[in-house]
Amino acid sequence: MATLGTMTTQEGRPLLNLDPILMGGLVVLCGAGLAVLYSSANNDMGVVLHQFGHFVIGFMVLVLLAQIPSKQLFQWSPWLYLGGLALLVMVLFVGYSGKGAQRWLDLGVIRFQPSELMKIFLPMMIAWYLSDKHVPPSLRYIVVALLMIAVPVWLIFLQPDLGTALLVLSLGFFVVFLAGITWRLLAVSGGLMLASVPAFWLYLHDYQRQRIITLLNPESDPLGAGYHIIQSKIALGSGGLYGKGWLNGTQSQLDFLPERSTDFVFAVFGEEFGFLGTVLLLFVYGFVVMRGLSIASYAEDTYSRLLAGGLSLSFFVYFVVNIGMVSGLLPIVGVPLPLISYGGTSMVTILAAFGILMSIHSSQNMFTS
Amino acid sequence: MAARDFFKDIRLEKRYFRTRVYLVAMLVLLCMLILALRLFYLQVSSHDHYATLSQENRMKIVPVPPTRGLVYDRNMNLLAANRPSYQIRVTPVEVGDLERVVAQLGQLIDLEEHHLKKFYGDLKRKQSFESIPLKVNLSEDEVARFSVNRHRYPGVEITAHASRYYPMAGVGAHTLGYVGRINADEIQKLDKKDYSGTTYIGKVGVEKFYEQALHGTVGYQHIEINAQGRRLRVLKRIPPEPGKDVMLTLDVRLQEVALQALGERRGSVVAIEPETGEILVFVSTPTYDPNQFVNGIGSRQYAQLRDDPDQPLFNRALSGLYPPGSTIKPMVALAGLHYGVTRADDTIWAGPYYQLPGTQHKYQDWKKEGHGRVDMPKAITQSSDVYFYTLAYKLGIDRMAEFLAQFNFGSRTGLDTWGEAKGILPSREWKRKVHGQPWYPGETVITGIGQGYLSATPLQLALATSVLATRGQAVQPKFLRKYLPATHPSGDGNDRNQAPAPRSVEIADALHWDRIVEAMEDSVHKPNGTAYAVGRDAGYRIAGKTGTAQVFGLKRDGERQEYIEEELDEKLRDHALFIAFAPADKPKIAIAVVVENAGAGGVAAAPVAKAVLDHYLLGNEYAQRDTP
Repeated sequence: MATLGTMTTQEGRPLLNLDPILMGGLVVLCGAGLAVLYSSANNDMGVVLHQFGHFVIGFMVLVLLAQIPSKQLFQWSPWLYLGGLALLVMVLFVGYSGKGAQRWLDLGVIRFQPSELMKIFLPMMIAWYLSDKHVPPSLRYIVVALLMIAVPVWLIFLQPDLGTALLVLSLGFFVVFLAGITWRLLAVSGGLMLASVPAFWLYLHDYQRQRIITLLNPESDPLGAGYHIIQSKIALGSGGLYGKGWLNGTQSQLDFLPERSTDFVFAVFGEEFGFLGTVLLLFVYGFVVMRGLSIASYAEDTYSRLLAGGLSLSFFVYFVVNIGMVSGLLPIVGVPLPLISYGGTSMVTILAAFGILMSIHSSQNMFTS
Repeated sequence: MAARDFFKDIRLEKRYFRTRVYLVAMLVLLCMLILALRLFYLQVSSHDHYATLSQENRMKIVPVPPTRGLVYDRNMNLLAANRPSYQIRVTPVEVGDLERVVAQLGQLIDLEEHHLKKFYGDLKRKQSFESIPLKVNLSEDEVARFSVNRHRYPGVEITAHASRYYPMAGVGAHTLGYVGRINADEIQKLDKKDYSGTTYIGKVGVEKFYEQALHGTVGYQHIEINAQGRRLRVLKRIPPEPGKDVMLTLDVRLQEVALQALGERRGSVVAIEPETGEILVFVSTPTYDPNQFVNGIGSRQYAQLRDDPDQPLFNRALSGLYPPGSTIKPMVALAGLHYGVTRADDTIWAGPYYQLPGTQHKYQDWKKEGHGRVDMPKAITQSSDVYFYTLAYKLGIDRMAEFLAQFNFGSRTGLDTWGEAKGILPSREWKRKVHGQPWYPGETVITGIGQGYLSATPLQLALATSVLATRGQAVQPKFLRKYLPATHPSGDGNDRNQAPAPRSVEIADALHWDRIVEAMEDSVHKPNGTAYAVGRDAGYRIAGKTGTAQVFGLKRDGERQEYIEEELDEKLRDHALFIAFAPADKPKIAIAVVVENAGAGGVAAAPVAKAVLDHYLLGNEYAQRDTP
């Protein structure tokens, strides 16, 4: 552990610490994203260029973070977490509203969603906290870790942003799980969670309840809340095995599909590239997650392991929830398809997370070489 | 970190972690498998079902544009309305040979070069299944001719739209502005959803400033269409919320009186209600017909307007900068009293010219022989230049700039419209910043008679006059009187735009106001006053001040040269100005008139103001008789 970043020699070290395998997967996803965006934005090159700008910024952040030794990240973890919490509190008071929720913070130059930062800061914090605890950690530590998860989740939920709150919650749990919670404890907490569902239901906004009801029976409101799901299923289903071809998806091109550049971009992809395309895309996503988990399992210290595992799984939750929601398996909670949906903040945070993964990867290389 | 690890079994922990990672990896694979199965079900097993849904009946949400709010004047005369207009639209994918069909349509409707250019431009940018307007604003004949032949043209249809119409044409043009078709730049800045069904957007003036209120909120129709895009039925309708109807402060009849009084001359009239800041008249001549812009102005027509030497599109009332000339004198006099530089009854000898102490340069008076011994009231009434050269020099530019700033010179009035000019209130600092030069005493002298760098818009002059009328109570000038509640239930009909109340002008002694106002009354009603021509037969008391602003530096610089109007190029002749408020004891209206290159203010500008005042204070019949 003490060797992190300190025992390296300059010999045989590449100029930049990057994992070419992971990088390959990311570039494929981003490329696919730009292609499908060109189609979903009705051939508007301006939108594509704008998104490309997001990629460039994201990749710069990635490359930068990949050069920072994980020891540094370890030391920053609690401060970043506390800073993230402060931003979340701030957004409740001075945030920008969009679609009935306050999620945005305007820093003059950029506007971003602090909840996105939590997707990185929270696993860092949990990993930092549990890194020196015995395995499996005792109940006391688990409870503290759960509190660390609960506070930001609650703040995000207040915005209200149910989708992101659930996402952050799940990746907090993943880190705790990887740290070695006992099965008994897992069963108990799982039971508690199920029991809290009715209470949770009371706190949901009407539109969020409607979405869950609509999920169970979309035909109940075909022109209202069910419209999204019905249209995206038609888009996916009519794509068939081979798809209608790039730029030829009638559902999406004819404006039937709402939010087709953001949350529902997968439906456009499925309509135009068919089952073969969607399965190939799933494969690439799976490949990226597996590579992340592999980096986690080879990492040399607890902090890096937990963090790498948590970040990989957060990416996994991202795409599974989005595809699940677009294909009508999960309620519509407003989670973008990672690296493909149009949008700057999520793009940059996801690539930042991979930057950290690559930093962990290169730290481990240094150690083994 | 190493110290803490001492207590942990690293190998055990690693093994433990690996197990957990394997479990998680299993979960990942399981989830991916579920997703893949789901996708297989949707895309392969149920493909036929969804393909049919996609092919046959489809639901589509189409936007329903809101009706744009109407605009009225203060007496409910309609200034901006909506009327149906017809456009012919082509859906390229449903038309076989596009060029041939368009050529055939050209025999039914009158298609010009620019129609085709716009159409083929749109064609490139839009999808082939979207309908594209070929020509907007069809005549009734064209609608009839096409309707008879309609069956021969699948994919071509005539649709009805609401089109903006300005029934008063040019009368309110420089206030109202106009709407036009949304251009590419505007699309970038707009809320795409809200404007999804809208063709027009306010481009200038009130139409632009109150765009949001006038536009309303878009509605939606859920319609069922078949594979060819034909509508089958409407399933659900969320009605649009129409734009708010707006009542402006303008008085259209006064506006007409002012236009008529100005006639063919270039100029501007702005009148304000001093109590409220409501703009009653806002005229800039020559005016133009805003209706030309609504459906896209032809390039030849536009070039004609743009290249007209009289610049009808230029809003003189709002952005025209003129030296205030002698109309500044009441305010300079007030400054003199306020700062205690002089008393009203102190007299000086006002000869034919003024010289700065110790210099030879002669600043000429407009009156060749001078005015003799004058006190302040007489200097205002007769508009003595020498008196004000002297006073200005005593005040100095710093105090003058500070004082005139209170009358809003050199800053925008904040009128609720776009494109207001700031004007120039010169000061030492201003000159250093803009010209990089020090201030010269001679510049102070000519500022005292409203010449030199000093410049203001007619709007600013009217506002300053209104401040004189209320004896220091500044108001926020405005075009919006209220939103009308009738068509807009949520508005209470009284939601004026509330700007912070401008600060009032503080004068050392309130009696100073009286001296100045009395002198202004004398300049209209006393036989030796500069505006006696209009004051002679006025049925009420007017407080006014004439001004003659030099366009061409001829008279007051250097040796006297004769200003012979006939010999000068028309564009170099003096501008005529007049400011006034009436009735003098209880002002109901403050007015500023500028007539470009028309000579003396008392002769050219004052009668225009008189016509408006008569109409406003005495009523219609009297005004008709009195208009020059």
